[in-house]
Amino acid sequence: MATDIIIHDKKDNVGVVVIEKITPKQDCACWIMEDDSSTNIQSVDEIPLGHKIAMVDLKEGDTILKYGHDIGKVVKSIKKGEHVHVHNVKTKKW
Amino acid sequence: MEIPKSFLGYKRENGRAGTRNHVIILPVDDISNACAEAVANNIKGTIALPHSYGRLQFGADLELHFRTMIGTGCNPNVAAVIVIGIEPKWTKKIVDGIAKTGKPVEGFHIERTGDIGTTMKASKKAQEFVMWASEKQREECPLSDLWISVKCGESDTTSGLAANPTVGNLMDKLEPLGVHLCFGETSELTGAEQVCATRGATKEASDKFMKTWSSYNDFILKEATDDLSESQPTAGNIAGGLTTIEEKAFGNFQKIGNCKFIDVLEPAEEPTKGKGLYFMDTSSAAAECVTLQAAAGFNIHLFPTGQGNIVGNPIEPVVKLTANPLTVKGMGEHIDCDVSKILSREMNLSEAGDELIKTTLRVANGRLTCAEALGHREFVMTKLYRSA
Repeated sequence: MATDIIIHDKKDNVGVVVIEKITPKQDCACWIMEDDSSTNIQSVDEIPLGHKIAMVDLKEGDTILKYGHDIGKVVKSIKKGEHVHVHNVKTKKW
Repeated sequence: MEIPKSFLGYKRENGRAGTRNHVIILPVDDISNACAEAVANNIKGTIALPHSYGRLQFGADLELHFRTMIGTGCNPNVAAVIVIGIEPKWTKKIVDGIAKTGKPVEGFHIERTGDIGTTMKASKKAQEFVMWASEKQREECPLSDLWISVKCGESDTTSGLAANPTVGNLMDKLEPLGVHLCFGETSELTGAEQVCATRGATKEASDKFMKTWSSYNDFILKEATDDLSESQPTAGNIAGGLTTIEEKAFGNFQKIGNCKFIDVLEPAEEPTKGKGLYFMDTSSAAAECVTLQAAAGFNIHLFPTGQGNIVGNPIEPVVKLTANPLTVKGMGEHIDCDVSKILSREMNLSEAGDELIKTTLRVANGRLTCAEALGHREFVMTKLYRSA
């Protein structure tokens, strides 16, 4: 079954693009690896391979969950389907 | 998949089992490399393990040198050992350490004899050892005789997505069957250290991990010109989609699945608490890490890679897996297990874990790894600080 986005853990609020890129307003098939289930999302931005997409709306201060774990904080609000990366997420380490 | 209960290995005098049957020529120090290599050239079927150190080391650094040397000789993948050093005292210390396993070992020192005389004497003994070892047969050994170490390298987003979780799936399936497991890479766990600490099976193990990680972090803060925020994740990591150091660390951390570690090992320290998962304090440099794990007695290594690391080890076979289809296509001669079908969802994680178990057992039974066939024998000593 073809998949455009992989989500590791059911708790995750981001998924990872596994095709060359997704384009705006693309209906994407998502695979949740943890329980081998499926879901869908419509993209907002163009997002390249290996980069993350927001699965829900996120506001400043929210925590990004990937692998079921805290991987950083939102520093600029993100809409469901938008690109999640260094422009809107920062480490909590420094 | 029903997991086989046994593999075909070489039973050793001390009760361990090897996946390989090497006769090694082990130089104690840098200046004994030439003699060790001459012996290995004379006697077919032996291998020399040249390295760069072993003179004027002191304190913890010298202890680590001896632990690595003795541990390498003691590894069950080694049938017999010739030790060659410049001086008798350190040579004997290593011979005595290896002899405790009951395997054939003999030491030679070069002072007062020279390279040529030593090469002749050591070659005669090496010939005897290799002909003796050549008659050893593989026998059925319980799966619990496998000691599996893991380390990833040249990672990219496919590593955290698929290759590392495949190793984690294997660990989840093999841990209940009584194998020994080991992960390391103290530096690359930075960002996930608090969560890693919660994976200690006991409070003692968790505390020991935090102490080890903090000591590493203090060293970085002392030596580094900044807080690593400029270098971790790297520019390449960011281009590939990794946003934070936490994200990178959790990708690495997928290799241990849901297992808990029962103890924290010093570099090259042999585990003594029985079956289960161990964390070892190691560098994240591939050859250094695998050399330390082999010296601790691990007899087969799993190495997930993204962009395609090519490392091997002279005594511990290194099994490579990748989920990156471009790596499989471009450098397939280095990849033992292809799990790239995970990304296209033609394979789920459990199926990938089963594939890796099958590959691991074939290699344990004697199939050469890509790295072995290509002659990768990276033997790299970890040095803690400068010599006297």
